[in-house]
Amino acid sequence: MEYFAPRTVPEALVLMRKWKKKATLIAGGTNIIPSMRSGELKQKVLIDLSQIKILCYIKEEKNRIRIGGLTSISEIASSKIVKIHAPILFEAANQLGNPLVRNRATIAGNLADGSPAADTAVPLLALEATVVIQGGEEKQVPVHQFFVGPNQTVLKRDEMIKEVLVPKFNPNVRTAYSKLGLRNSMAISVVSIAVLMEMEKTFCKKARIGYGAVAPKPIRAYRVEEMLENHELTERLLIACCETIGKEISPISDIRASKEYRTEMASVLLKRVLKQVTQ
Amino acid sequence: MKVSKSYPLELNVNGEWKKAEVTPRETLLYVLRERLGHTEVKEGCGKGDCGVCAVLLNGKPVNACLTLALQADGQNVVTLKGIGTPDKPHPLQESFVKKGAIQCGFCSAGMIVSAKALLDENPKPSREEIGKAISGNLCRCTGYKKIIEAIEEAALKLRRTKNDRR
Repeated sequence: MEYFAPRTVPEALVLMRKWKKKATLIAGGTNIIPSMRSGELKQKVLIDLSQIKILCYIKEEKNRIRIGGLTSISEIASSKIVKIHAPILFEAANQLGNPLVRNRATIAGNLADGSPAADTAVPLLALEATVVIQGGEEKQVPVHQFFVGPNQTVLKRDEMIKEVLVPKFNPNVRTAYSKLGLRNSMAISVVSIAVLMEMEKTFCKKARIGYGAVAPKPIRAYRVEEMLENHELTERLLIACCETIGKEISPISDIRASKEYRTEMASVLLKRVLKQVTQ
Repeated sequence: MKVSKSYPLELNVNGEWKKAEVTPRETLLYVLRERLGHTEVKEGCGKGDCGVCAVLLNGKPVNACLTLALQADGQNVVTLKGIGTPDKPHPLQESFVKKGAIQCGFCSAGMIVSAKALLDENPKPSREEIGKAISGNLCRCTGYKKIIEAIEEAALKLRRTKNDRR
């Protein structure tokens, strides 16, 4: 196996173009190293992005925050900017893995891995964040179009995540996040949910709902969003939403939970977060 | 299978620069234990679930099993021995012994590293903050109560020493 540790984005892109399929990218390594160890990963070349320090940043701009792809999860989990402007991302980052993992894992890695349970994807879906991809040229992909299927994203062999753009929301917006795991730490989500609601008293002007671990990829609950948006929120509507969500998701049974349990919990968590944002 | 290429590695371990030739697949854990003789760093699950292999990388606690040795090239690593030795123990190590926070002792290496990182940043942690800081370290003897007490006691001792110096 060959190893390269480029220091800049252009250097990394040259290597990626050269080695294409033969190469695997590694950043924090919290996903890649276990799969190297299990023998799952047989690539001949390892391109280590962890030395590209220029992509480690959290910047605040007028209408958005910008998070560099190689920013560690612990930096996000302790950032004041993220806490104020993207509190659900802050919460999700604080619940990802454990402190040791968070010090290595990066936001780009969490997204590029393409896990249906990717912890940062769920709040980013609700916040309508954008993934900035650097390849031949730079392009912007909304998070809801970034994931394709289990461990599959739109990223091509010669592309990497440069940064994530998170729009700031207006003061009438409320957000909530909830993750159900089998324990409090080091848990892969059984179900996770993030909501963003813009309310005018009891009238819902905007609703965005992100779900993790209930479909082949992190998803938005479009049907439920439509039911809520431009409607007066009543107890009856909330109950109807919690019933509809079961039809919108397609969870699987795995080592952590059954399909039935996930369906039930998707509804329970929806009820909880909706209560939180409307109270 | 093709043999992996080797690369030169320089690591500052507990204040001393060490050199080795390593392959890309070798983890920091493997290199510390097998090549540099730092067997105070333990191997547990090998995939980031248990935290016994925790070391400080540039002052931050990480799983040495989830870091490639080459990713740490030119950087600073502190192991349990760098925190304190039997002749010159760190207050954390003293309080772990005194409080009986060590049962089988296997998790202690990583626990103390995580606790050290916490106290470096937060000299007066709450119980909840201690719990969060060691949430990546499993104790299969389930001796968490004593461990948390030991960290609290060490924090108190460190604060007192600091105040005495003033």
